[in-house]
Amino acid sequence: MTTAVASLVAPRPYTLVAELSYRCPLSCAYCSNPVDLERRRDELGTADWKRVLAEAAALGILQVNLTGGEPLVRDDLEELVAAARASELYVNLITSGIPTDGDRLGRLVAAGLDSLQLSVQDVDPAGAAWIAGRDGLEAKLEMAEAARALRLPLTLNVVLHRGNIARTADFVALAERIGAERLELANTQYLGWALLNRDALLPSRAELASARAVADAARERLRGRIEILFVRPDYYSDRPRACMDGWARRYVVVTPDGTALPCHQAASIPSLAFENVRDRSLAALWTDSPAFRAFRGEAWMPEPCRTCDERDVDFGGCRCQAMALLGDAAAPDPACALTPRHDLVLAARVRADASGDGTATAPLRLRRLSGR
Amino acid sequence: MIELDTRVRLARKVRLRRDPRSSKMMLLYPERGLELSDTAADVAALCDGRTAAAIVDELAARYAGVAREPIERDVLSFLRTLAERGLLAGGEETP
Repeated sequence: MTTAVASLVAPRPYTLVAELSYRCPLSCAYCSNPVDLERRRDELGTADWKRVLAEAAALGILQVNLTGGEPLVRDDLEELVAAARASELYVNLITSGIPTDGDRLGRLVAAGLDSLQLSVQDVDPAGAAWIAGRDGLEAKLEMAEAARALRLPLTLNVVLHRGNIARTADFVALAERIGAERLELANTQYLGWALLNRDALLPSRAELASARAVADAARERLRGRIEILFVRPDYYSDRPRACMDGWARRYVVVTPDGTALPCHQAASIPSLAFENVRDRSLAALWTDSPAFRAFRGEAWMPEPCRTCDERDVDFGGCRCQAMALLGDAAAPDPACALTPRHDLVLAARVRADASGDGTATAPLRLRRLSGR
Repeated sequence: MIELDTRVRLARKVRLRRDPRSSKMMLLYPERGLELSDTAADVAALCDGRTAAAIVDELAARYAGVAREPIERDVLSFLRTLAERGLLAGGEETP
């Protein structure tokens, strides 16, 4: 057999994305959790997570993102932070800031938390209720204030879409006001729940350009004080996203029930069988789980990716997007203008441009644990 | 702009640690890592609130036989890169 052996050799992962629970007080219509949430409610226990964290560090992983759902719903979060720090992992907590509980953040910092990433859905209460089912801004500001008092490094995470993208300058102002060190303005990518809501969420080209100009100006003005990231939606990029920096190349995602995935959405690819950290070590899963090997490297690539000069820049784009839009996870990502079905993405853009100014009124399918 | 008399300290979000895989020192910060050369790692470890000039003094003493001028150039250039990326504490936090 003459497979491209080099491409099957596992690189070393840098980041563990630990989805501790799918429970969440919010119901964001762009949630990256799977759409069939109701089938995945059996959560790993404390001992299993501690073992996974130690195995991650032994595998060369340097950072862990504790996320969800909402990681604060886990009563053992302090213990997991301490376990991660004991393995010298850099510990990021990615949270909605709800539910708050007086000194919880203080206890997490005492356990060794390195950085807090706080999501804000909107600065406008009606907009927040539209996209997330409720407005939690007050609780979030409380948590930001607690972080400042604890001198805990703070990132403000904002997912942009048609309903809030016009308020990009307000998000910058909020980041300044609460003393954030980083501001992530990440446009929605249209997978999972977001794809179900795409026509309500995709901004027009003009809305995107205005937001980008605001972010660029703020980045210059705040350089050295606040790091400002602006992530475009791949629907407007004409080239695919370097999704997860390449399939099974830098990241491992472990879901609440212990399934190990190369990306948050990977379970949407029905041809792949994913294994569980309850059954095998993280190192074994990373190195030779068939699902991790499926799209690792370049051997799987179709044309035009296979001979493309940019294949080591975007790694062939997003497999889950190819699955969702074309029904074939091994097809070229239609976000790329060089691929035959880019018309699917262009059609969505045309509809976004035609539907006028973004107004946060269109009906959405909000993420629900109890299913669709 | 970082000059020789600027006091420098790593930002709170930054952790300096050795990568057991590569044996290189790394600066870790939210969702990023920066692999350091041996010299850069020496500079980063000295960002404890002293001035850039004091870091140059320390390294000149350590690297016997290396002229001070290239050390000074490398130290300032690396510190300015760190400042640009927001990896040094702001002025209000330096003593």
